[in-house]
Amino acid sequence: MIHKGKAWKFGANIDTDLLAPISALTSAKPEEAYTECLKDVDPTFSANCKEGDIFVADENLGIGSSREWAPQYMRSCGIRVILAKSFARIFYRNCFNLAVPALVCAETHKIATDDQLEIDMEKGEVRNLTKGESYKCDTVPAHLMQIVADGGLMPHLKKKFKKAS
Amino acid sequence: MGQTISEKILARASGKETVKPGDIVTCNVDLAMVHDSSGPRTSGKKLDELGVPVWDMDKLVVIADHYVNLDTPESKNVQDICDAWCEAHKVKHFIRNQGICHIVLPQEGHIRPGMFCVGADSHSTTAGAFGAFMVGVGATEITGVMATGDIWVRVPENVRMEVTGALKPGVVAKDVILKICGDHGIMGFGYQVVEFCGDGVASMSAQDRMTLTNMAAEIGAKTGIIAPDAKTMELLKAWGVSGVNADDWQSDADAVYAKRITVDGSTLAPQVAAPSSPENADDVGNYRNVKLDQAYLGACTGAKLEDLRMAAEVLKGKKVAAGTRFLVAPSTIKMREQAAAEGVMKILEDAGAIILPSGCGGCIGLGDARLAEDAVGISSTNRNFVGRAGPKSSKLYLASPYTVAASAVAGQIADPRDML
Repeated sequence: MIHKGKAWKFGANIDTDLLAPISALTSAKPEEAYTECLKDVDPTFSANCKEGDIFVADENLGIGSSREWAPQYMRSCGIRVILAKSFARIFYRNCFNLAVPALVCAETHKIATDDQLEIDMEKGEVRNLTKGESYKCDTVPAHLMQIVADGGLMPHLKKKFKKAS
Repeated sequence: MGQTISEKILARASGKETVKPGDIVTCNVDLAMVHDSSGPRTSGKKLDELGVPVWDMDKLVVIADHYVNLDTPESKNVQDICDAWCEAHKVKHFIRNQGICHIVLPQEGHIRPGMFCVGADSHSTTAGAFGAFMVGVGATEITGVMATGDIWVRVPENVRMEVTGALKPGVVAKDVILKICGDHGIMGFGYQVVEFCGDGVASMSAQDRMTLTNMAAEIGAKTGIIAPDAKTMELLKAWGVSGVNADDWQSDADAVYAKRITVDGSTLAPQVAAPSSPENADDVGNYRNVKLDQAYLGACTGAKLEDLRMAAEVLKGKKVAAGTRFLVAPSTIKMREQAAAEGVMKILEDAGAIILPSGCGGCIGLGDARLAEDAVGISSTNRNFVGRAGPKSSKLYLASPYTVAASAVAGQIADPRDML
């Protein structure tokens, strides 16, 4: 699977309270409140993020709560792939369950907002087309890529139950 | 080769003789827990979309605790969805507005050593204090568990976290775990399981140990676990769990650990974590003169019966400082009632505490304990990230129930050892 898109670069310790603030979760329509995603970090993010963009962060992305709203909001903003130096484990699993591949990449500090990236998930390679550089990223276990290929855990489960019946 | 408790549990749950770190296994789930936020309104809806029933109604526990007693139409809506879903699906174990899930779950006898459990909340790690292996997951993931009864797990490496030496008066599990946060950072043990052991852990009460495993989430761990001992069995018995064999769920002497770390419990001072991360922990003495608008005793971390007793020990015959609000939300209603029967609640109220409903409340920035704009607070909860317990402009310090109570009396961050 190869994905090409524009990078949004953030730093370390972006937690789930920043990605999905409680004010969004307690609003009348939480699924529409993704416009509050990262409002305390970059208030322009949700309005300017485009379908297919790539979220890039440093260490500890998604620390904190199990709230799936965090990657859900990133997805609703348009994010389709996430790169970080490290992920909190619940957040990591949530990303794949929503069909947003989360890839561990040690060199995210070399990436800047607006860089054009091309990510080869099978090879474990991130090509920075803007800077003419190439970085390694971890490949993903096959069972997780299958969930992504199916469109997320829900379609994956639907397929499974359809087969069984 | 020996196995750790965690490996023994994962081997049993996946039907294998042994497992080793890095293995990806499918485990049968002994118990799944969801709450009003991660349950009916999200995963419940998804389960209905799949059109399959809950795999085993005996093994699902739904606990309403997040949106308890909130005076907004949105929160009432979440509670209504929860009630209706549990009614429609004839949920056998629906515990409604009795307190916070991570404490209610063991208190109502659902947790025993050796279990493999999954909870749709990050602090599901708490059950590890009873020798169970419990991990937090998100809403879609728990939907899969509710539908199939199993989940994939990457077997984690084990970290042996030995607390050496008994803790001094006024120093408790919260101080130990904050010290670990400070020393190793918020992702110090990413994807690993942290097994707490040693004299220091043995010296803690079984209830206090729940604070260690609760905040395993704040050191990046997959979960935390503690081998059951006589104290564990006694508490479980009081909570209606009997006939448990603790011997089966101990780590072997030759078990393999990726890291062995010691924390000196005997010289540890009360710890305070400064805004806005639990890893900003340091000795309480380094945070004196921080004036406080609010002190909060609450959450699954810091308002259990023993936490309330700690606060009462400090507050007996004292008054909360003028200019500071002291708010107390007991972790569960049963614990509040027990504390009332012992006279603990009266001591807190006489000191000037405002008693709030038992629920997640202030810890997640909901209800009366939400910090105001620019307010500075101290709390016995587990997280102080920007925007969690109040607006971006508010500041939150984390500490033990002793330190929170002492700080409420002083109106500024204070060392509880001077008041005991």
